[in-house]
Amino acid sequence: MKTLLLTLFSAAAFAGEALSGAVEKQPLNMSAIMMFIIFVGATLGITYWAAKRTKTAKDFYTAGGGITGFQNGMAIAGDYMSAASFLGISALVYAKGYDGLIYSIGFLVGWPIILFMVAEQLRNLGKYTFADVASYRLRQTPIRTLAAFGSILTVVLYLIAQMVGAGKLIQLLFGLDYEVAVILVGVLMILYVTFGGMLATTWVQIIKAFLLLSGATFMAVAVMAHYNFNFETLFSTAVSMKDQSIMAPGKLVSDPISAISLGIALMFGTAGLPHILMRFFTVSDAKEARKSVFYATGFIGYFYILTFIIGFGAIVMVFQNPHYLDVAKQAVDGGAPILGGDNMAAIHLSHAVGGDFFLGFISAVAFATILAVVSGLTLAGASAISHDLYASVIKAGKTDGLMEMKVSKIATVILGIVAIILGIIFEDQNIAFMVGLAFAIAASANFPILFLSMFWSKLTTRGALIGGSLGLLTAAVLVVLGPTVWVDVMGNAEAIFPYKYPALFSVSAAFIGIWFFSITDSSENAQKEIEAFEAQYVRSQTGIGAEGAVEH
Amino acid sequence: MKQEMVDRIKNDPDFLHLVKARSSFAWTLTITMLVIYFGFVLTIAFDPSILGTPLSEGSVTTVGIPVGIAVIVIAFALTGIYVRRANSEFDALTTKIKNKVKGE
Repeated sequence: MKTLLLTLFSAAAFAGEALSGAVEKQPLNMSAIMMFIIFVGATLGITYWAAKRTKTAKDFYTAGGGITGFQNGMAIAGDYMSAASFLGISALVYAKGYDGLIYSIGFLVGWPIILFMVAEQLRNLGKYTFADVASYRLRQTPIRTLAAFGSILTVVLYLIAQMVGAGKLIQLLFGLDYEVAVILVGVLMILYVTFGGMLATTWVQIIKAFLLLSGATFMAVAVMAHYNFNFETLFSTAVSMKDQSIMAPGKLVSDPISAISLGIALMFGTAGLPHILMRFFTVSDAKEARKSVFYATGFIGYFYILTFIIGFGAIVMVFQNPHYLDVAKQAVDGGAPILGGDNMAAIHLSHAVGGDFFLGFISAVAFATILAVVSGLTLAGASAISHDLYASVIKAGKTDGLMEMKVSKIATVILGIVAIILGIIFEDQNIAFMVGLAFAIAASANFPILFLSMFWSKLTTRGALIGGSLGLLTAAVLVVLGPTVWVDVMGNAEAIFPYKYPALFSVSAAFIGIWFFSITDSSENAQKEIEAFEAQYVRSQTGIGAEGAVEH
Repeated sequence: MKQEMVDRIKNDPDFLHLVKARSSFAWTLTITMLVIYFGFVLTIAFDPSILGTPLSEGSVTTVGIPVGIAVIVIAFALTGIYVRRANSEFDALTTKIKNKVKGE
């Protein structure tokens, strides 16, 4: 028997809540497998279609810049609605009630800020990766290297968490072996990305987002219909099965420092995730970029309201239901454990409201969700390698798009293989800290450089390099010394750094470092970089001269 | 972009107006969102019982439920407010600036 902390799955991981549950291989689920085969068939068809349209580097990285705001909003929402958000947050609501809502709100509120502060500027300045923007007027080699390093680190940490989660989930849902599941995910993801590039990755994400939203809507409506669409009845039934504590904040946010630090990590971290930032280059202009965020925020917010209802639905329809009770576990631990652990709450609920067929559908959608998310991550990682490291640093910009695209495809295959190997290595490791660390690095290294490069004229290469590295190191060191690694992974009794979320400290370190080492930089080069701000600012505000813009 | 073009645009009253209006609007909305979110989590951190109060005498539903849903809805509404003004007023100004550049 394998033990799984579903905290592994991205979102839930970050709560640091012990969403533990034993995973046992389930019998082969034929209806789920049939539906999954249909999904894979359809997405491979899309990949074939996309491959014929992916001829240039621009096509490969940004789907030719022809994605509409609505489509991109759906794809961004898809990137965010991972299997972790769906299963992890509904499990958190199922287990803790109101805390699940607090947690999901943290993930949403970064989006409006991204819209107000960075979305349009990003579109107006960038080409393929966020490093394009960060290094716009700074020295290419050091800044691109740092940005690429931050991107690859974020992507790999995130990818490991997704691969391990995928293996466990598929084992659970489909009855496949862990290794088979991880290899299957890795191979499909390599196919989508190498052949179909951003176009295929985007459409796979859009289709999955549509399926997930439809399935979750059906579940929430089925639950509410059961209670005549009266929330008070639903809540009072749930409370009668558990207790009143599920209706109030619990232990998720216990002290002010953690509350602020978690908030900063979620907000700035979201605005520093390379696979999310990359999506802003797939639309034609600033107007479509801002529409993308509007739609994405709507879909994500709606999704979190659904998961809240689904979590409560699982309390009333799955909790204490003999059909889903893990009798063997109950005999040992007591209580009312459900088969497969709390993370299966939404899956069991799908069976309770829609029978075997709908269970198969939701299982297939959960698998599709993982595939779509890892594809986006891999593409972002491959772009950092080919566009930032190979084309801009190694070849100093002297390469053609076709060669760059070729390098990107090779990088995709390598990243895919690395992800499979790491997925297998980390199978039984406690990796709950990885997504938290990915967010911390995104918030502390990627975001401060990106943000200040767009808004602060006095930023220099030296400041960005030292401050960004400082943020990255502080985040990594504090995560290792904090409770999630020092205590939970290494088994020490007490953490050296007391807080789970280092963002408040590491983000401050980055901003202060960047500020100090920029203002004290009196080199000739720094002077040139400051002078170049004006031209960058005009372009960032108006889009004049931007990639893909109509005017030239 | 040529330096003379940059100089011309940066002194264009329309550009100055655009930048000023947009940045004050964006900052206002950002601060609104930050105040609401951090107000929400800090309320929980300092006194979780506030959100655990029943909505009315004898009800199971607590104040926290509508408050939590409201934070989600407000976040979405704020993006709508921004997009609406940006798509009309700010885009019109941007087009005007671009046309002036093209017309020369």
